Amino acid sequence: MNHSPASRNSQENTPPPRILTLQIDGQDLSGRADETILEIARQNKIHIPTLCRLDGLSGHGGCRLCLVEISGQNRPVPACLTYPQEGMVISTASQRLQDYRRKILELLFSERNHVCAVCVSNGHCELQELAVELGLSHVRYEYLHPRLEVDGSHARFIRDPNRCVLCLRCVRVCAEVEGAHTWDVMGRGISSRVITDLNQAWGSSQSCTACGKCVQVCPTGALSEKGTSVAEMIKHRHFLPQLLAMRTNRRE
Amino acid sequence: MTLKHKDLQQIAAAEEQRQQGFQHRIHVCQAAGCLSCGSREVQESLEQVVADRELEQEVQVKGVGCLGLCSAGPLVAVASADRLYQGCAPTDAGSIVDGLTSTAKTDADGAGTLPFFSKQHKIVLENCGSIDPERIEEYIAAEGYAALYTVLREMTPAEVIEEITRAGLRGRGGAGYPTGLKWSTVAKALRQTRYVICNADEGDPGAFMDRSVLESDPHRVLEGIAIAAYALGAAQGFIYVRAEYPLAVKRLRKAIAQAERLGILGKNICNSGFSFDLQLRLGAGAFVCGEETALIASIEGLPGKPRPRPPYPAESGLKGCPTLINNVETFANIAPIIRRGSDWFAAIGTEKSKGTKVFALAGRVCRTGLIEVPMGTSLTEIVFEIGGGIPDQGRFKAVQTGGPSGGCIPEQYLHMGVDYESLAQVGSIMGSGGMIVMDQSSCMVDVARFFMEFCMSESCGKCVPCRVGTTQLHALLSKITQGRATPGDLATMEELCDLVKNTSLCGLGQTAANPVLSTLRYFRDEYRAHIDNQRCPAHHCSMATTRERP
Amino acid sequence: MRQQAEANICSEKDFAALTQDRQWRQVNRTMRLNNNQPEALIETLHAVQDTFGFLDHQAMAYVAHVLRVPLSRVYAVATFYHYFSLKPPGEHSCVVCMGTACYIGGSSALLDQIQQSAAIGPGETSKDGKVSLVVARCLGSCGLAPAAVFDGRVAGKLNPALMEEQLERWLSHDPEA
Repeated sequence: MNHSPASRNSQENTPPPRILTLQIDGQDLSGRADETILEIARQNKIHIPTLCRLDGLSGHGGCRLCLVEISGQNRPVPACLTYPQEGMVISTASQRLQDYRRKILELLFSERNHVCAVCVSNGHCELQELAVELGLSHVRYEYLHPRLEVDGSHARFIRDPNRCVLCLRCVRVCAEVEGAHTWDVMGRGISSRVITDLNQAWGSSQSCTACGKCVQVCPTGALSEKGTSVAEMIKHRHFLPQLLAMRTNRRE
Repeated sequence: MTLKHKDLQQIAAAEEQRQQGFQHRIHVCQAAGCLSCGSREVQESLEQVVADRELEQEVQVKGVGCLGLCSAGPLVAVASADRLYQGCAPTDAGSIVDGLTSTAKTDADGAGTLPFFSKQHKIVLENCGSIDPERIEEYIAAEGYAALYTVLREMTPAEVIEEITRAGLRGRGGAGYPTGLKWSTVAKALRQTRYVICNADEGDPGAFMDRSVLESDPHRVLEGIAIAAYALGAAQGFIYVRAEYPLAVKRLRKAIAQAERLGILGKNICNSGFSFDLQLRLGAGAFVCGEETALIASIEGLPGKPRPRPPYPAESGLKGCPTLINNVETFANIAPIIRRGSDWFAAIGTEKSKGTKVFALAGRVCRTGLIEVPMGTSLTEIVFEIGGGIPDQGRFKAVQTGGPSGGCIPEQYLHMGVDYESLAQVGSIMGSGGMIVMDQSSCMVDVARFFMEFCMSESCGKCVPCRVGTTQLHALLSKITQGRATPGDLATMEELCDLVKNTSLCGLGQTAANPVLSTLRYFRDEYRAHIDNQRCPAHHCSMATTRERP
Repeated sequence: MRQQAEANICSEKDFAALTQDRQWRQVNRTMRLNNNQPEALIETLHAVQDTFGFLDHQAMAYVAHVLRVPLSRVYAVATFYHYFSLKPPGEHSCVVCMGTACYIGGSSALLDQIQQSAAIGPGETSKDGKVSLVVARCLGSCGLAPAAVFDGRVAGKLNPALMEEQLERWLSHDPEA
């Protein structure tokens, strides 16, 4: 199944998407016009790092880690939101891209507090895995460490905004899959914060159904289950493709 | 009501007759600059004097839009005698009225020959300062809505687009995208519901061109939007205007209501079968909403966060429909092009940049204000002839164009003619038209820091390079201006500029590094002085440590 | 928790009363003109701020309810746009222009002076509730740089001494200050 916006909107009377040929990292491939470059790459075992992307949720394009180069264009584009064109020549792993990805990660690490040794997600954290994969060993920038208050008001979950990378998976899964839209982002720029309802304690939220989807999709230790200790928080994401598949079946 | 051509002519004739009934016409600037130094009181005082002397039949006193020379406000012009009084106070009213009948020469005479005015070429601003922006009759008397009428009765939509394309008009919002091409892209889109949006969310610090046009001649913008809507087959349009411009908002509301009353907007305009509904939408203080996709999100009631393009709004914009977005100045150029023809317009300006450009000239320059010059006019003419040079025997250092997305142009390029290409070549951009002159008292590192602070606080926060990158760039620049930076920081900063420029999601982030890159290019020695010697050559920054050089 | 209490005062019954409340007429009218569509959120928040001077939790909850927009989305919009204020404004307002021309002309010295005289930074209101400070990106009064707006009146060619004088006039009304 495919969740690109084009396929979601497609109706019976529209013609089937075109099949295109393109080249990724020297390989000649074919792909559908309604599949993103990221999807086509993954089908062909070409790995592109991602962070905000999560299959089953709408595209966001905020983390910029999946940037790829298209020949003839100077500026790299996000693979998760870019659709192919006939004859496109794409490069996913040039030195320049690797540099950019590492530096973007470096910025993320400087933004909040990501000290792994004391984190519930240590060893099971997507941010940590990316740092290893991209070879980020030190951060040259000032640590901004805004020292945000940890919210333990919810009966089952804990929110530590200091670990948040603003990927907005929680916002999207809550609005798009659960339908509660408990989360959103307040403020803007560097002072953006993920909030519940009217920026209130999570435990006091009247829209939250306590389903825990946000906790499971969170890539870091920003959202976790109560009672987990360092390195104990293991997230389960397989529910999302399953849930969406079941819903599709029910509709048909 | 259905407006016919002869109705328009009648309105125009009646208005002309009304104007000619007066022997003397006194115009008092009622745009924001002059209002802020008391021009309303000046107008009231003039009206009082005229009434006291029972001259109402001979002397007309009216409020008009921007007279241009904002630094010398409040301005009063005697339109019937080419006289411009500067810095007026309510107590001057008596002598101004006395002067109408006396033949003695005053300092105010011969305003038209002042270099500030004589070097200008007014198309967009042709009515600014001569008509009352709150009366549609005056706009009609100044050939207003004639172009819309011509378009509706005599031209097909394709012919309109052809005319705009031939004129060579390019978007005045900053990037200079060809307007005709943009229009034809929207016109070719498959979906039948289309929208026209006027971007009046002018947010550059130091830019007030669009506001002046909206305050001084709102109907001109309405006419341009309506012509575009006809050319594209759009039935609905929006003007997205900053809430911070209350006067512009008020005058636009009034203008739309007047146009609707005369049947110039609304259903079956001028009996042509074409209907167009135009509404205002207020911005709420977010610079990023000048970006097309963010602006659309804002009109839809969402936080103004951009999304990647393509798809471009021309294909999928407001509510997923094809949408044209042009800025105020672009729309203000449309009616004159239709009225006088594309050949006339294309003859003005340079080979690739046609027509004129409005600039808000400000900073360390003697005469500041709103100016309009042909594309290709040199910076020397703008700064030294129109602007009158640097005050207090100061020395010119740089001129900043394009606001937070632009750059600083040093002395060596003063001779350069201003157009889209030449500005890009020297590392700046045309931008929307802010032009800030700086002298030796401005520290260029601090100027870069100022713009970075702006970008940092205006970043929407969606993508990492812009959200965190601008913050870290600002931190590095602050370190430099405080004398705490190391040579290594300069290298880190240049690398970070490249990252933010190439990996940010939208134009705000992609251009946020420009002020740093351009000052590094021309004023690198100032950066070095801060870092190596903890010294600010402009004596502007206060250094954390003062280390005396042997 | 304070915020929790505030959120809880907004029940369906309270909302029903607000639809009839004269004070909320402009707000209700704005929403009705837009068929209570979620797209009208920003327009409606403008109406709330025009009426009450700021947006409080009750107003946001009410608007969310009528327009059927999630609470978190209303809060997101209210805080994304800097024109909206979630705190009541002070008795007097001071808007300092930080446009480029004013910055070059020395507006940061004006802010320093305000910090010194009234102990407030941008976006803050003095402890006694007398003065609110806001910075604007450009007032369009570049010819008068550096400029500020005192209670709606633009003042140009300012310097720290003039700023202090103005603040003294406002603050001295309070015998405690």
